[in-house]
Amino acid sequence: MLSLTGVRYRYPGAPRDALADVSLSVGAGQFQAVLGPNGSGKTTLVRIALGTLMPLVGRADVIGVAASQWSRQELARIVGVVPQREDNLFPQRVRETVLLGRYPYLSMWGRERPEDHAAVDRALAACDVLELADRWLWTLSGGEYQRVRVARALAQEPRLLVLDEPGVSLDLRHEMALFELVRGLVDTQRLGVLMITHDLNLAARFADSLLLLSEGSAVATGAPADVLTQENVEAVFSWPVAMQTIDDRPQMFPLRQRPRPEPPTPSPQT
Amino acid sequence: MKWVLLCAIALLALVASVILGPAAVPFGQLLHSDIVWNLRAPRAILAFLVGGSLGVAGAGLQALVRNPLADPFLLGLSGGAGLGAVLAIALHWSGPWALPLAAFVGAVVALGLVYRLGLIGGAALDPRILLLGGVAIGAFAAAITTAIVSLADAAELRNAFLWLWGGLSSASWDAVLVVALYAPLPLAVLFAASRPLDLLALGEEPAGYLGADVEAVKRRVYLAASLLTAAAVAVSGVIGFVGLVVPHVARLTWGHRHRALLPAAFIGGGALLAIADTLARTVVAPRELPVGVVTALIGVPVFALLLRRWTIA
Repeated sequence: MLSLTGVRYRYPGAPRDALADVSLSVGAGQFQAVLGPNGSGKTTLVRIALGTLMPLVGRADVIGVAASQWSRQELARIVGVVPQREDNLFPQRVRETVLLGRYPYLSMWGRERPEDHAAVDRALAACDVLELADRWLWTLSGGEYQRVRVARALAQEPRLLVLDEPGVSLDLRHEMALFELVRGLVDTQRLGVLMITHDLNLAARFADSLLLLSEGSAVATGAPADVLTQENVEAVFSWPVAMQTIDDRPQMFPLRQRPRPEPPTPSPQT
Repeated sequence: MKWVLLCAIALLALVASVILGPAAVPFGQLLHSDIVWNLRAPRAILAFLVGGSLGVAGAGLQALVRNPLADPFLLGLSGGAGLGAVLAIALHWSGPWALPLAAFVGAVVALGLVYRLGLIGGAALDPRILLLGGVAIGAFAAAITTAIVSLADAAELRNAFLWLWGGLSSASWDAVLVVALYAPLPLAVLFAASRPLDLLALGEEPAGYLGADVEAVKRRVYLAASLLTAAAVAVSGVIGFVGLVVPHVARLTWGHRHRALLPAAFIGGGALLAIADTLARTVVAPRELPVGVVTALIGVPVFALLLRRWTIA
């Protein structure tokens, strides 16, 4: 569905490539995560996959057509995006903002049809936010707000869902709930998912396949157990880690850099 | 219900501006009076069209530059139009259309310069640069205007000064016809951009992911709103606060969705300017206030109330 082959990109005036020879593919019912430190090219990769940037070398195709060749409206019917940041210039209710996900299907003058409202209800229900429909956005907690934004992307009835750092600033329960929700959509609705995340452990537990980026290059790609090895993680993040296995998936624990100071020996009292 | 109320207010405003005036026209002769037919009726309709255009242009530009303080005249148009008009007065260009045409050309030149500035640094139109460029070009044009006015004699100066504050005293059926033929195209372009304008409130990148062709929309909206304002300024001078306050009041009642907001801003802006113009020519009759003075006197308190509401909320 989404395929990047041998993509290279460099921002105008930048001293080095933001991406160099990166390949990736996401099919239906597949959860692909992209990992890497800050500045490793994760967001550039998403922009190229969505046709916002054109690769200098290589191809980025959505269903066999170059991503930049799609009209924005047609692409929005295939790919739903949950961006890292967005503004809320004017106060909005939850149902209104999810309805924005139907805009790719509306004509210039026509009003929303019954099937648009049905799609909004389905999306709200799928993300478990139906009871929030009439709330103002600014009254939501961080976790509720992220689920509402996923619902808006689902209202686009996409075949591919792209999420950019969706778990940032969420607490444990809400971050887990969000990953469970996305995994559920992959399994039940056969959605393809491309997720950018800095959370190695959650990516390893939920995704089918990982791509580990470092300074624009792919360090490793494939099943979590092959990508998330101690050597790879230590090389990419320049920090010592220990590895364990939970649910058959590798999990990473960063180590203290220096050995802990010896506890002071009690001095004999005088 | 709120649409009925808005339309009723607009209708009342139009009727009042035809009935009221410094010359007493007996009620029974309203339909046969020259004053009503050739002065008040075209003036009321022109006020409505100009006010409506300013309301829609303001709403569109506020969404485009993503700044609630945007006003159709903030983008340098008033400076350009003022310079054109003052040049026409100083150089004694004669004819009923000399001043409006000069103002229109001045506004369009300013628009072109600001647009060119907004494209600096690539093919993407940057709203922040548009705002800064508009302020800069406007200040530059205002400086030249002031230089010309300071060298002109007293009568000319008064004319130029009054024109800069806006007025509809030159209204005629010809002017109504010109605006009625000109305005529908940019209005239609803005109405057609309603949905992408909703999306732009999220930011340019998210709007693109929801299917908006952001660059094309920004250009269309900027050009249509500016051309609409240029026509308004040509027939009526610089009438402030309609394009700033009306969209905000409309947002309070109709929400931020432009499919409803833009038509409401048109009717509301038209009604406000028709009322303001009626006040401008009746309050100090037989003399007349610049209508921009009246819209500022109404607009500033309303705006102050809105600011209060925002800071409390």
